Amino acid sequence: MAKQKMTGAQALVRCLEAEGVEYIFGVPGGAILPIYDALFDSKLIKHVLVRHEQVGAHAAEGFAHATGKVGVCFGTSGPGATNLVTGIADAYMDSVPMVAITGNVPSTLIGTDAFQEADITGITMPITKHNWLVTDVAELPRVIKEAFYVARTGRPGPVLVDIPKDIQNAELDFEYPDSVNIPGYHPPVGEEPRLRDAAQLLRSASRPVVYLGGGVRTSNAYKEVFEFCELLNAPVVTTVHGKGSFPETHPLCLGMFGMHGGRYSNYTVQGSDLIVALGARFDDRVTGKLSTFAPEAKVIHLDVDPAEISKLVTATVPLVGDMRALLPMLTEETKKAFAQHGRPDISVWKKRVEEWREKHPLRYKQEGQPHILPQWAVEKIWEKTQGKAVVTTGVGEHQMFAAQYWKTSYPRQFITSGGLGTMGFCLPAAIGAKLGRPDAEVIGIDGDGSFQMTLQDLATAVDLKLPIKIFILNNLFLGMVRQWQELFYDNRFSETPLSDLPDLVKLADAYGCLGLRARTPDELDGVLDRAFAHKDGPVIVDIRVRRQEKVYPMVPAGAPLNDMIDDEER
Amino acid sequence: MERTETRPTGGTHTISLLVENKPGVLHRIAGLFSRRGYNIASLTVGPTERPEYSRMTIVVRLSSKPVEQVVRQVQKLVPVVEVRELSPQDLIERELLLVKIRTPEKNHAELRALAETYEANIVDVSPDALIIEASGNAGKLDALEERLAAYGIQELCRSGRIALERGFKTLAPPNLK
Repeated sequence: MAKQKMTGAQALVRCLEAEGVEYIFGVPGGAILPIYDALFDSKLIKHVLVRHEQVGAHAAEGFAHATGKVGVCFGTSGPGATNLVTGIADAYMDSVPMVAITGNVPSTLIGTDAFQEADITGITMPITKHNWLVTDVAELPRVIKEAFYVARTGRPGPVLVDIPKDIQNAELDFEYPDSVNIPGYHPPVGEEPRLRDAAQLLRSASRPVVYLGGGVRTSNAYKEVFEFCELLNAPVVTTVHGKGSFPETHPLCLGMFGMHGGRYSNYTVQGSDLIVALGARFDDRVTGKLSTFAPEAKVIHLDVDPAEISKLVTATVPLVGDMRALLPMLTEETKKAFAQHGRPDISVWKKRVEEWREKHPLRYKQEGQPHILPQWAVEKIWEKTQGKAVVTTGVGEHQMFAAQYWKTSYPRQFITSGGLGTMGFCLPAAIGAKLGRPDAEVIGIDGDGSFQMTLQDLATAVDLKLPIKIFILNNLFLGMVRQWQELFYDNRFSETPLSDLPDLVKLADAYGCLGLRARTPDELDGVLDRAFAHKDGPVIVDIRVRRQEKVYPMVPAGAPLNDMIDDEER
Repeated sequence: MERTETRPTGGTHTISLLVENKPGVLHRIAGLFSRRGYNIASLTVGPTERPEYSRMTIVVRLSSKPVEQVVRQVQKLVPVVEVRELSPQDLIERELLLVKIRTPEKNHAELRALAETYEANIVDVSPDALIIEASGNAGKLDALEERLAAYGIQELCRSGRIALERGFKTLAPPNLK
């Protein structure tokens, strides 16, 4: 390709086109004007004008999570850049591939406290895989190439490229590099994987459990995981980001474990003698008190990030590498071991797990209840979509109800903020997911507190006529905090009751979308039907749920995983 | 099952890093140490035989975390080309000490003798003060410091540790080895 003279801004747009970027989520501003001007001419890239940069970042995450592609967001210097920070941190915690691009004040003004200046590369160092401040326009194409490469390879994550305004305006001879060479960045090539040791453990375990995390998604190893689990024929538990990596309707699947996992799932992990952790990082929300976690278990830990191995729980056999390449090798090795020495007999173990499942199911009782229970609402929405919808959630009680009761059976169908726990994630993620998967039914399950943190971007959803449905499980509380106050702070509800504001139906009307409300169990079915019949733009559904309902079971923070509290009434 | 939280390795470790010589690299590395709670006992950075790389020597004091964790986290930083804990047995380590002693001229001869014992140099002399320069491992410099204390240390400055491993082993990207 012959080199072409153009500005840095034009070159950036060409780079993004070369990377196959379809959508950019952003807000223009003074220091990024040249880039927006160049973008005006692009026929390949669609820009989504959000009303707050945080929403742009979360929408890019929703897009990336739903499609497996890299999400892209833009912000101007100063506040535009700092508004992106929460979304970038969220993507970092959840290993979501994202490229954030910010304009900055001209290089001559950097370091002078210029208007709308912020040291965004300094600010985002701890929450990006890497970031770049472009100081020479000739480097821009290489930096963008590297940015996308770093974002999507190895353990994916967010990167940020900060481009001063004079660099956007400067001219260069443009050529997009076709390869990258970063001396310090090599997705791990560890020592020879100890597959035989792992297979040996699998063959000799009598109480194995498979623990699936978000790494299944980031490596797209769904098929490989399914084959492995079927071969092992052992119980499978997941994290919140592991939802969808193995069908939750499959008899082997015990769903989510951890702080709000099923009692039977937690008992299974605690009682196991071998944990096969695939793309998971032993977060405190799943292990409970670390020193009492699965006391008898050996651990096979497969992860692409060597720094996750033995970070919290020592791996008996670590397997470092891309799951999609590595897991089939383990499956083969295990088959060989089974053929040679026979399969382990795990029937007694599985019977015990089934007994736990029967004795301690997730439960609630809607019958005879004057109020809608949030768990029931989640199940009703699931039924209406036959479990096929892509779900996004906010953060709080509604998120845990959704995680418990939304049986996810397909990859990339449960999109949530797990690591950072960012309230306000639901609507932006739904916008990104719907753009990425236009043929999928995309719904949001949100809370009233969470929804209000990003609701201004209803405007964006309406602008784009996105037929997304946001179901707000409205309890007029910051519910999860309220739950902790009730359980651990003697019912002192400090700053958790929310007033009945705004009127969500009127709000929907003000934004020009459909607003519906269900107050009683009788109303719910009809309201859901109306919501799903509406194809012309977004729908906001205000579902008034029982205000005091709590998420059970629950492992109090710092307690052993099998030390769960439960609702005694039911 | 073994738990890392009950398996502190303790002690200090010398970590050698080869990093890209670019702005902000020190910030990235220091930031990682501080946010992950790794205690830096000393840090030095300087040029290497190749202008595009700098070498950092970090002495880290760990109370509860295994040093492998630190190495793996540091390795993830993009500008870090290579990182390794240097084996304590094969370590050649040096620090530099400058110390200003305020003492009447009559003591200078005695100090000169002392300096000689420690292979130290007297690099500045004025009628009532002198500056001694010494290099060596931490233990030797500690001992010298102790001896000099008797004469009244006015000001003292010690560099962080620099270190290399004995023998053939080098810290370099595979394509440069």
